[in-house]
Amino acid sequence: MRRISRVTARVQETPSTATLRFDLSAPALPGQFVMVWLPGEDELPMSLSYVGVSKGVTVKRMGETSGHMAALPVGATVGIRGPYGGHFDLTPSRVLIVGGGSGTAVLAPAAEAAAERGARVTVALGATTASELLFADRLGPPRFARHVATDDGSRGHHGFVTDVAEELLGSEEFDVVWSCGPEVMMKKVVTASAERSVPVYCSVERHMKCAVGLCDACALGPFHVCTDGPVFPATALAPLAEFGGFHRDSSGRRVGH
Amino acid sequence: MAELSVRVGGLRFRNPFLLASGVWGESGESLLGAWNAGAGGVVTKSIGGEPRAGYPNPTVEQYGEWGFLNAMGLPNPGIAEYPREIAVALRGGVSVVGSVFGHDAPEFARLAREMEATGVMAVELNLSCPHAEGLGSEVGQDPSLVREVTRAVKEAVKVPIWVKITPNVAEPEAVAAAAEAGGADAITAINTVRALAIDVELRRPVLAHGLGGLSGPAIKPVGLACVWKVFERVHIPIVGVGGIQSGRDALEYLMAGASALQVGTAVAFEGVAVFGKLARELDGLLDELGFPDPAAAVGVAHGRRQSLNPGSG
Repeated sequence: MRRISRVTARVQETPSTATLRFDLSAPALPGQFVMVWLPGEDELPMSLSYVGVSKGVTVKRMGETSGHMAALPVGATVGIRGPYGGHFDLTPSRVLIVGGGSGTAVLAPAAEAAAERGARVTVALGATTASELLFADRLGPPRFARHVATDDGSRGHHGFVTDVAEELLGSEEFDVVWSCGPEVMMKKVVTASAERSVPVYCSVERHMKCAVGLCDACALGPFHVCTDGPVFPATALAPLAEFGGFHRDSSGRRVGH
Repeated sequence: MAELSVRVGGLRFRNPFLLASGVWGESGESLLGAWNAGAGGVVTKSIGGEPRAGYPNPTVEQYGEWGFLNAMGLPNPGIAEYPREIAVALRGGVSVVGSVFGHDAPEFARLAREMEATGVMAVELNLSCPHAEGLGSEVGQDPSLVREVTRAVKEAVKVPIWVKITPNVAEPEAVAAAAEAGGADAITAINTVRALAIDVELRRPVLAHGLGGLSGPAIKPVGLACVWKVFERVHIPIVGVGGIQSGRDALEYLMAGASALQVGTAVAFEGVAVFGKLARELDGLLDELGFPDPAAAVGVAHGRRQSLNPGSG
């Protein structure tokens, strides 16, 4: 079902990302996504960064359409389909969040929902540089134990967020890890967690068209990201050559990461 | 228990329900997934000479429980890249029919030859995509062009040729007859029905391309009528497609004259498990109505026994 909505609020989160809020009464759970239509241009899959009645997506400027979407003013018209896909299982009580760049968008509502249920949630955030850290305040103290890494060392650990995650996995007990970010990052998180027998769930992105399991654009091994994902257990992803290996472009051609 | 295997000309399929072209066919593992879920065979995405991104989104719009409109724009990785995907399916033992589309007879012939070389059991010619300018149905609306394309392909390949026809002409059966005259081994009927959805708030078509093609339960009666008329007109087998969601739908198509069937949109509504469900339902229905196998039901609604003995090709 497609609905026409208006942007009710816009927040510039980082130099390259902005959150757009819109009202959508359909219930949604952390991890699910919507198809956001910019009439006359394109329609893109976006994980929900806010899941209440006032929903939100956090858009990173990647290409032409995402650039225009991230720049939409309050009052702009968008079409929304969804929510689609599966969600994070919110029952574990000791959760480690590992987010890289704009991937943190989908993890934020999951962290909040888990905390509301009484879980202890530890957050590891990474970005290229301090100003590109997404939701560092939203996922910071006093609610969350937050750890930060930047590629250029401008804030927190100078290096990869996976270094921080490995250290946390070595020093604390976790029931589950939730991760989203560049696939090479998630692959490292999966390996590090497997060594310590901690289950991992990753939110994965692929080129998407129909969002309802018909067109095969988002094929990932034997799965479709739109209907089987976008949240997958690492046990499903780890054996796939595609995970951290390649994706398919709009024509279905295999393209290296 | 009815015996569910069917023959289309000289080809045998383990059950009548093949994955229709355009659905789940971009990756080899998806083709394998449909087979593992119980499909009797699979038809690939339509493959062209070059990689093609297709149209921008929205490419798909749901029409309630009645179906979907789509204007994908024939996205495909191109014939140079696609054999690796087919290889994945063939290694898994899948019965694969390769679909191709082109601009003219020489291009269809070249693509069909390259498709045949991948090891597919038959080639389906997409002469019926309703939303790609200069491709598919613009060729498929003209019987003399259809005959020319089919003949060129027939001269180029040894595997059977299926010609997929459009319902968006006054006499689809005339197009089918032209394909038969050109040497087609089977007719696939139907492709999607030309369709439009408008967003009234935005005062514009929903699909980025404007016009699209309708699939799903809404077009089942259209497909049945087309199969019915084609059955009266040609002597080659028919592969029926359009809105099949139940064993009863399947039996309607068989009785109208189809020897095998294709399923697409039902995968969106019910998941790929729909293939297992369809086989079980048809099995039960054939038993209940006293048919030993699907072939025994082919064309019976015409009041005469089918002229196509299974296997006679």
